[in-house]
Amino acid sequence: MTTETVAAAVVPDFGDAVTQDRKLAIICSKGNLDMAYPGLILANAALGEGVETHLFFTFWGFDMITKSRMNDLKFTMLGNTATHLPQGLGGLPGVTAMATKQMKKQIHDVGVPEVPEFLAQIVDSGGHLWACRMSADMMHLDEADLYEGVEAIISAADFIEKTDGAQLLFI
Amino acid sequence: MTVATIAGTPVHVDGEGFLTEYDEWTEALAQHLAAGIGIELTDAHWKALRFLRDDFRTRGETATLRRVSTVGGIPIKELFALFPGKPAKKMAYIAGLPKPHGCV
Repeated sequence: MTTETVAAAVVPDFGDAVTQDRKLAIICSKGNLDMAYPGLILANAALGEGVETHLFFTFWGFDMITKSRMNDLKFTMLGNTATHLPQGLGGLPGVTAMATKQMKKQIHDVGVPEVPEFLAQIVDSGGHLWACRMSADMMHLDEADLYEGVEAIISAADFIEKTDGAQLLFI
Repeated sequence: MTVATIAGTPVHVDGEGFLTEYDEWTEALAQHLAAGIGIELTDAHWKALRFLRDDFRTRGETATLRRVSTVGGIPIKELFALFPGKPAKKMAYIAGLPKPHGCV
């Protein structure tokens, strides 16, 4: 038998006052398809919780925001023992393309968007995207080469300054 | 199970105050729940709430922000403006549904 208790109505605490002080900084340094998603998913979750969120794209992570590459991130089995398949297989021609296709399908099937669309969602949710100055210089890229949601190309010091007091994730 | 009286109506709620019985929700109750968290419902709010209610009835789970945007046709930006701070949770609360479980 279920017992019922009568209680005064509780209004949930959405923590509006608390989250206004919380900030999250995520450094995205990888350009593999599988390593692009953790930062995007966490940024999206944080924004949904009312947390001010900044993403800094650096080194290989630049591929996530470079127009010519962001639609074409890849997943390779090489060096990834978590696929539990023989490592030699990963080096065969066409295997990276096949593994990438399969992972994109799995991501699509759980209703998660591709990288460019995910970035758009993050920007629409109030997230801030920043590109690393040194990476841009090394790869001879400027703002015209980058996804339009990127606010600016900034130095590491600028990013540290913008994210004063933030919790930080390096991916 | 806890029963609380909201706007003169006894309803089942969880520990945080979210309604737990789909059929106990009414539009009048929603007005009251919204006011309790500082939101005055407009037609734009109702469009999102009605989508959430209908979607839950067919799928048995609360739509995430992304689903409200892609399937319900309400841009994410607008959802943040209508339900500031934690839009997905606030919408679910007002719509008398559980918090969404999906990650994206």
